[in-house]
Amino acid sequence: MELVDEVSGNRQPEPVISARDVRVWYGTTRGAIRAVDGVSFDLMPGETLGLVGESGCGKSTLGRGLMGLLPTGAKRDGEVVFKGRDVFSMSAKEAYALRGHELGMIFQEPLTRLNPLMRISEHFEETIRQHEPRLPRAEVQQRAFEVLRVMGIPPTRYRSYPHEFSGGMRQRLMIALALVLRPAFVVADEPTTALDVLVEAQIVGILNDLRRTFDTSLLLITHNVGIVAEACDRVAVMYAGRIVEQGAVADVLGNPQHPYTRELLRSTISLSTTGLEFIPGSPPDLVDPPAGCRFHPRCPDAMQVCAVKDPVDVERPGGGRVECWLRGPEDLVPEGGTRPLKQEELTVADEA
Amino acid sequence: MRGVLKLLAKPFTDTVGLARWMLVIGVVITAAFIVCAVFAPWLAPYGFAQSAVDGTRFPKAGAPSGEHWFGTDRLFFDVLSRVIWGARTAIEVVILSILFCVVIGVPLGLVSGYFGGWPDRILVLVMDAIFAFPSFLLAIVFSFLLTGLFGGSVLAVALSLTAIYIPQYFRVVRNTTVSAKEATYVEAARAIGASDGVIMRRYLFGNVVQSVPVLATLNAADAILTLAGLGFLGLGIQSTDAAEWGHDLNRALADAGAGIWWTGLYPGLAIVLLVTGLTLVGEGLNETLNPTLRRRRLLPVVMPARESTTEEAR
Amino acid sequence: MTRSASGSLPQYVLQRVLLVIPMIWVILTLVFVVLRVAPGDPVSAALGGRLNAEALEQRREALGLNEPLIHQYWDYLSSVFRLDFGTTFSDNQPVLHVIRDNGGATLSLTLASFVVALVVGIPLGMVAGRYRDSVGDVVIRLFGILSYAAPIFFIGFLLQVYVAQPLGLPTSGMASPITVFTVQPVTHILLIDVFLSGDATAIGDVLEHLLLPALTLGLLICGVFIRLVRVNILQTTQADYVEAAEARGISRGRVTRKHAFRNALVPVITVIGLQFALLLGGAVLTESTFNWPGLGQKLVEYINDRDYGAVQGIITIFAVAVVLISLLVDIVNALVDPRVRY
Repeated sequence: MELVDEVSGNRQPEPVISARDVRVWYGTTRGAIRAVDGVSFDLMPGETLGLVGESGCGKSTLGRGLMGLLPTGAKRDGEVVFKGRDVFSMSAKEAYALRGHELGMIFQEPLTRLNPLMRISEHFEETIRQHEPRLPRAEVQQRAFEVLRVMGIPPTRYRSYPHEFSGGMRQRLMIALALVLRPAFVVADEPTTALDVLVEAQIVGILNDLRRTFDTSLLLITHNVGIVAEACDRVAVMYAGRIVEQGAVADVLGNPQHPYTRELLRSTISLSTTGLEFIPGSPPDLVDPPAGCRFHPRCPDAMQVCAVKDPVDVERPGGGRVECWLRGPEDLVPEGGTRPLKQEELTVADEA
Repeated sequence: MRGVLKLLAKPFTDTVGLARWMLVIGVVITAAFIVCAVFAPWLAPYGFAQSAVDGTRFPKAGAPSGEHWFGTDRLFFDVLSRVIWGARTAIEVVILSILFCVVIGVPLGLVSGYFGGWPDRILVLVMDAIFAFPSFLLAIVFSFLLTGLFGGSVLAVALSLTAIYIPQYFRVVRNTTVSAKEATYVEAARAIGASDGVIMRRYLFGNVVQSVPVLATLNAADAILTLAGLGFLGLGIQSTDAAEWGHDLNRALADAGAGIWWTGLYPGLAIVLLVTGLTLVGEGLNETLNPTLRRRRLLPVVMPARESTTEEAR
Repeated sequence: MTRSASGSLPQYVLQRVLLVIPMIWVILTLVFVVLRVAPGDPVSAALGGRLNAEALEQRREALGLNEPLIHQYWDYLSSVFRLDFGTTFSDNQPVLHVIRDNGGATLSLTLASFVVALVVGIPLGMVAGRYRDSVGDVVIRLFGILSYAAPIFFIGFLLQVYVAQPLGLPTSGMASPITVFTVQPVTHILLIDVFLSGDATAIGDVLEHLLLPALTLGLLICGVFIRLVRVNILQTTQADYVEAAEARGISRGRVTRKHAFRNALVPVITVIGLQFALLLGGAVLTESTFNWPGLGQKLVEYINDRDYGAVQGIITIFAVAVVLISLLVDIVNALVDPRVRY
């Protein structure tokens, strides 16, 4: 367990969830899309891991793969150890039983995630009763009120229908529904993308408080680096189905080791932004990803070795991991491999 | 040319398993009936109102035999021949009524939707009223009027079917027109000085007719049933004017008590088959064209054994 | 879906009634025009061969058929408004009595078939939608298509030849003459009257007569229900809230029942209103096939007799029935779906 955060290293607590070499592939008419292709990470109790990357890099697929919410024709493998048991090798029934009170999920689009025919109270009763069938009615309501209070929703709205709430309130309801069972691990899949900026700040604030209030580990999927800086302990940067760099938020954002992380940060808009930066080209076709490092066709620092050999994941200075030939290991780079890669024709072909 | 073929083949190549089989079977059945309709004079052993050959009368209500595969009915007619000729009547009526619907309904909807105002409102009211009322009852009333005017002909029945199906075409075309006329390309056309007629013909028409083929397929199946229903009530085409399955079934019902099954079974089966064929085509098309129902053909995912390099490095 | 126009339920109903009056008016006008434009009139249809031209003309005069059309139209509309449809010309009965006596027969037939369609169609549609592309799905869909594709009179024909005769079931009328004779008309709906009489043999007789017609007409709508429920379930099982419920660990059975099925059935309620029109159309054919003394069969009879008053009366009643059903459907919809505001 050398991936354990350096800061808490001496305590050596067990990670809540520990993913090793997870792959999730989709079936299509053209062949398999390698949406997630060998991803590993750990998550400590009460820790928030931000998962960032462009759209289509496999972030959401990873989150859904962990929950087992994949469309037909998709396959997953690897190892996800949750509280000492491998979720991926469990029977479907066992895995289903984990959902809700052990693994929770918050979705991107809150407007369509609540059953329009059921009152909010029914959603809560159904969710709590599913996992604790014998709980008395008053107790069920008590628990729901508790979470709703944390989310800032008045108990008077308990008997309302979903359509009577705004988008931001509905997302808070979804968070409340996910948290009312106190799951140890929650996947939040772009929870603020569909909401406006003010509401976004509010939701981020709520997520930020989760650790304190609920002691929940959170995998926060987002394409917004600002949210990561604000609400996460650690961050994993994903590109084309792989985590290319992960580590403590301050380290990774302050001193990016992977060229992709650096370019991603550069293209983020902030108050000091004077011109718009972007990464030329677009993410590769995941049915047939580029050989070697998947970022090499767009990488400004690409070397000869990057186009031929898969990068090896190494410890980054300051803790965490990075997957880039620039960071070594030098003994694996073949002779002359460090010469810069001529990639003009590649970029042109990519953009055509 | 190849593009057209590709477009026609798209529903077949895009679908999987069941949906594809339904479409194929539907097309085959429908095509078989169209062949019957077109080549009826050559396929049918006798005429539809022929009761004798070379001066010898056919048996009255004779059971199926080598001479008459499907038997004969009480009017000495050959059942097989009437079933085949019936396909011609059915297809004729359906094609005529759909043609009328398109020719009247589409321009009416286009103009009404484009200009709006009180004529539009009145048309919408009338069409909605007709649409809401039981269509078969309306067909009865209209066929009563039209057979009075034109006699019990294919034309009269086709026109009464037109009357009950027009509201659907009108509604679809009018509603698409209303939303399409606000589109930017129409605004642009207006800005460069295109007249209303040009805008409707060149810009809106192509846009609004797209939903018509699906509607027509769905209506065709319903039209066969309505035609047969009218025939059954004796309000449609008369036996001697043309062979019509519904009317034959009406006469067969009287035989049912006497154990004569062949006069009713075969025309009935013909209706069931043709309507099933058309419905299968409609459902198959719907499953391919409607993205919420579509199920694409997926290649199975095979994950190669993992390469050990990343594991070792860890 | 708009929340602005919220009000009380009675207000909503009133609003809806006001909206449908023009609709009934359009239908009545259409029927009036069609009957007057069509060649022939009730007098020559009924008495054509028996009276001389002068006598026929007198009859026409007496019936007001020689009045200007606009007068006739006005008289017609005002009599409909007063619910006074006059008497039939061909058999000289008050039209209201015809509507009462035969309307009851049509009502019991349509309601019974509706029950058949619901009981058979909705569960089958659910199974087909839930287990998509399974053998069951294929069989059920085929059944649905065939039951829609088979004309009512053909099913009637098959039932008569292959079921009624071997089992000795009745295939004509609503009841044996003896039952009709003994049961006291209270509501003029035989199905209800016979239950009021409490006579077990009579009840059995009426139900026996109802069985095949209700089955035949029910099958017609059943196919529509199967298709509709199946498609809706295919869509709701993919809905976001269903996935969210699965993510909360709600059991599969409950997700299917409370989330997928319940939401799939809401649009079905709306379509029921439209299907009622199909049912009334089918009732005409069923009544003819099984010699069921309903309004549809009467309508065809009176049309052939050119009996304007009777045809107009029956069509009016059908139009009102359709409108009432759609109103009822809207109210039920508003009660079931919280998003609909009245």
